[in-house]
Amino acid sequence: MRPFAYGRADSIADATGASAGEDAAFIAGGTNLLDLMKLEVLAPGRLVDINRLDLGGIEVSGSGGLRIGALVTNSDLAADARVRADYPVLARALLAGASGQLRNKATTGGNLLQRTRCGYFYDTAMPCNKRAPGSGCGALGGINRIHAILGGSEQCIATHPSDMAVAMRALGARVEVAAPDGTVRELELGQLYRLPGNTPEVETSLAPGELITAVTLPPPAGGRQIYRKVRDRASYAFALVSVAAVVRMGGGRIEAAALAFGGLAPMPWRVADVEEALVGAPPSETLFDRAADILLEKAQGRGHNDFKMPLVRRALKAVLLDATLEGEPS
Amino acid sequence: MTAHLKMDEPARRRRLDDMVQGVVGQPLDRPEGPLKVSGVATYASEWPREGLAHGVLVRATISRGRVRELGEGPVREMPGVLGVFHGERLLRNPAQGGAGEAPVQDPAKVAYFGQPIALVVAESFEQARHAAQSLHVEYEPEEAVTDPEATEVETPKGKQVDKGDLDRAMAEAAVSVDVTYRTPGHSSAPMEPHASIAEWDGEDLLLHGSYQMLKYNRAELADAIGIDPARVRILAPYVGGGFGSKLGIAPEAVAAALAARELGRPVSVALSRQQVFETTMRRSETRQRIRLAADAEGRLTGLSHEALVSNLPGESFSEPVAQATHFLYGAPNRRIVHQIARIDRTCAGSVRAPGEAVGVTIFENAMDELAEAAGIDPIELRLRNIPERDPEQDIPFSSHMLAEALREGARRFGWDARSPEPGRRREGEWLIGLGMASAVRVNILAEAEARVTLDADGTAKVETDMTDIGTGTYAILTQIAAEALGLPTERVTVSLGDTDLPPGPGSGGSWGAASSGTAVYLACEELRGRLAERLGCTEEELTLKDGEAIAGNRKQALAQVLDGESWEATGHVEPGRTSKAVRQSTWGAHFVEVAVSAVTGETRVRRMLGVFAAGRILNPKTARSQCLGGMTFGIGMALTEALQHDLRDGHLVNRDLAEYHLPVNLDVPQLEVHFLDEHDDWANPLQVKGIGELGICGAAAAVTNAIYNACGVRVRDYPATLDKVLPGLP
Amino acid sequence: MQTTLSINGAERTLDADVRTTLLDALRMHLGLTGTKKGCDHGQCGACTVIVNGRRINSCLTLACMHDGDAITTIEGLGTPEALSALQAAFVAHDGYQCGYCTPGQITSATAMLEEARAGWPSHVSEDLEAAPELSDAEISERMSGNLCRCSCYPNIVDAIREVHAGAAS
Repeated sequence: MRPFAYGRADSIADATGASAGEDAAFIAGGTNLLDLMKLEVLAPGRLVDINRLDLGGIEVSGSGGLRIGALVTNSDLAADARVRADYPVLARALLAGASGQLRNKATTGGNLLQRTRCGYFYDTAMPCNKRAPGSGCGALGGINRIHAILGGSEQCIATHPSDMAVAMRALGARVEVAAPDGTVRELELGQLYRLPGNTPEVETSLAPGELITAVTLPPPAGGRQIYRKVRDRASYAFALVSVAAVVRMGGGRIEAAALAFGGLAPMPWRVADVEEALVGAPPSETLFDRAADILLEKAQGRGHNDFKMPLVRRALKAVLLDATLEGEPS
Repeated sequence: MTAHLKMDEPARRRRLDDMVQGVVGQPLDRPEGPLKVSGVATYASEWPREGLAHGVLVRATISRGRVRELGEGPVREMPGVLGVFHGERLLRNPAQGGAGEAPVQDPAKVAYFGQPIALVVAESFEQARHAAQSLHVEYEPEEAVTDPEATEVETPKGKQVDKGDLDRAMAEAAVSVDVTYRTPGHSSAPMEPHASIAEWDGEDLLLHGSYQMLKYNRAELADAIGIDPARVRILAPYVGGGFGSKLGIAPEAVAAALAARELGRPVSVALSRQQVFETTMRRSETRQRIRLAADAEGRLTGLSHEALVSNLPGESFSEPVAQATHFLYGAPNRRIVHQIARIDRTCAGSVRAPGEAVGVTIFENAMDELAEAAGIDPIELRLRNIPERDPEQDIPFSSHMLAEALREGARRFGWDARSPEPGRRREGEWLIGLGMASAVRVNILAEAEARVTLDADGTAKVETDMTDIGTGTYAILTQIAAEALGLPTERVTVSLGDTDLPPGPGSGGSWGAASSGTAVYLACEELRGRLAERLGCTEEELTLKDGEAIAGNRKQALAQVLDGESWEATGHVEPGRTSKAVRQSTWGAHFVEVAVSAVTGETRVRRMLGVFAAGRILNPKTARSQCLGGMTFGIGMALTEALQHDLRDGHLVNRDLAEYHLPVNLDVPQLEVHFLDEHDDWANPLQVKGIGELGICGAAAAVTNAIYNACGVRVRDYPATLDKVLPGLP
Repeated sequence: MQTTLSINGAERTLDADVRTTLLDALRMHLGLTGTKKGCDHGQCGACTVIVNGRRINSCLTLACMHDGDAITTIEGLGTPEALSALQAAFVAHDGYQCGYCTPGQITSATAMLEEARAGWPSHVSEDLEAAPELSDAEISERMSGNLCRCSCYPNIVDAIREVHAGAAS
């Protein structure tokens, strides 16, 4: 770990101002940042501790949704009665992530900005275009079992590891961002992320110094909400594939469907065409297969990760089968 | 005074049965338990030392070649840096278990990716870590051999068996299987990373280390540094797990010792978790071809076990895959092939139950395949093939408990509920299956010494350099001494893990309880003899209980008998003819119920039972825990654990606990363990046999056989991760 | 950097490199080696401590970030002479072997029982909104952030179940 200057921010302006330099990083929970700093995968010269900012709390927003402060821990968010009752897909995703200890530290904002678990990114002796632009992608011809089948490029096939972000994407979450100049902007969660293309080192649309201050959820969508995570062991492992579904039925047809996927892509993945294909149709295996076909239209396996294609198809179909059962959600 | 026993004859006296204290065989809590649960037990890197400096090892980032330039100049100028140590005495890799001499030194020659090449020492850990990361090393790389299946192999003469005519047996068999399986490399991954604190007092070196076999480790360390072993003392009273990875002296100890000598202050070196994966012994990956020929009743007429394993060039160890195949099942025509690929990859060595862990597992998979091909129940198939005598050496078994383990296990587990046809039982999306496997592990007695002191106050002290790496040594040696001397366990203290004490065999090969336990018993027997003499009776006539000696109609407190004296005796046991005259083994059977998701191919172990026979069980509580550990290793082997190397450059990709998946709590159901009564007189005077490794032997096969029974998918490439199950699902 | 920590009820002042993790501060600067380093990356749970009532991985947080925080380590839960209920249950059920992951298991379990009491659901809870019943699966899931290579999971579950049942009755 490279030496750095450490400072505590007392206000948002203080924080964004202090970190406007390229070499600075915000630290909140720190569970991923310090992990990477110890390996010198990341080596910021300045750490801006934002833990004392007033960014906690979960409030009902003006529109009847929820406004979740960026510093709300994963544990608190998962335990929140409104989240459990009205946004169960989010509670489920949070509880499927990491461990009790990590969820107690990991924050809402930090979770969105988690870095990939790619072994080549994590090993500074390896080529990695994300960590060292221009050095190549070790995973492309290497061990790529956990890597992306969608949204990757010839420069990078890393996946985004978050569970929480997948559920939030399905819920249509928006992200509040404060800029060093004092302005606040709001963007769709999907717009927060950037696909690797030729610049895999750029993962988000945040400018230097910009700070996520909150995540807002729209009013409860109702319907059936499912988060299904598939992983290599029963707990405490990253998703190989995950599916977040918010589905509402009416008159034997799918009235609304929001689906997001984890483990497949460099960002929590959501495809409008998949949802459009479902809406208005009566549930059937053929329909679910068509949804999977659309999802996987541009999928590209890289060898070890080829299994993600049949896996996500099966997981999606099982989730949709479950989500479209008529009657009381169980 | 030394009581010596060479184990040349079976010990038919079973003297422990005559003792009346009643503590052997009881589920005694570990005496050191309160220290462990309150964080007071001191592990290697936790000894407070004035002026302690911190060292961090630097790794090679090529798989083969030479270090041309270490680039240490700028690093020496970094804040807090005290020195950069390299040179020809540093170790390339840990010593193999029991080596007693330094392993290959001079790490400037790089033999594997991740090899330690230097040590950076600084005032603080943070400074040392960053300085180590800042070294810019230049190499002269050479082309590395990274794929064990794409290089020439050695076929050492002494490790092959060819009896009868296997090809003919296969050709004429009513039923046969010919299958090839693969197991990946495994890491012991003990929870305590390997660590040492070295300090010098003049010419004398004191090492606080995390080691399993101190007698050998002292010799190895002395040899590496080039000093007299008498100048070396190693302390390891608590060792945070080993599983083979702490058998031999390792690079961190030697580096710490050399740096401490040069700096004139104590130096602490602890491996990072990544370094544990890259530099401690790996279990070799294996390719195993099994051929089985049987008659229509399932009696084996031929068997063949061909294994390919790997290690670094020149390393003597090679995973003894067929170790139990030699005697587990009878068949007149037999072939065993053992081949070694020399590759430039982390040194291969002992990981819990070297040989049987992977060898029995794959053989038991093949037996499951044969059972299906023959239409015979898997348990019945095994029962029909238990040999009367060791089929290769033609010597008797000292004891044979496999049949009983199979039958008892089947009864307890409810084996008769299993459908022989896969995929018949379903609960929602989960396909339920049952599987079983035999368990077998060779039993070994090793040379051991222990000193027992009976103090004037009627308390006893047991001393040996033997280690307790979680195995329960503190508990069982307490029990043996308490039993033999007729003392409540609170009156016995056990000191371990100090090379100043009489040498034990170390923790390895499951021999600890039998060997050190016998040494303690022999010392106690000697003390009993002296007590008897003083009381005017024979040792057999003497009864010791609750701190009192009873001889004839006289009863006296021990303190009274001792009359102010303290007596000391040393027990010394050596293996003898009983190790060769008979085939000694421990036996068992595993039974597993799994649920396989018909959607995703994920497997959950729902129930698991292990039935084991391992001689006299000294402490059912700690023995059970050892079995739980072995069985859980089996679950990991079956479902999740695999070292993944990138064959392009030989580096290990999943070098941490997030990506090398040990089983977590939720992966492991409430396992059941049942011990069978066994007293094997050929083993040692205590009739005790090894228990530390038996639980892993075959365990993974029971899991994968259950997966097959659940869903009809045979995964022949371990572990059975969901991606391998998926293609075969309905 | 100077940091004041309240550790097991006592104020301790630390003057260390800002890079010092809470774990290394405890082990290397404050003489509290009961908290263990197993992986240093939040992947094993051996370093679990309780900060302001919550269990966390002390390896993944900087000591300087905890100025003024109340920290409970294994040493604060009980001593060999006066074990906490969980510590005693771990001994009685042999919920450990080598003992290295054990302090983390016990600190984690101590805080986990509080989380359950507070009604937090888990990944295996059937009903997200109901108060959780601590079944064996619930205990296992909630303890899955603490690896044990000696694999005493069944005994760990036994020990925790017993203490939970005792506290509930």
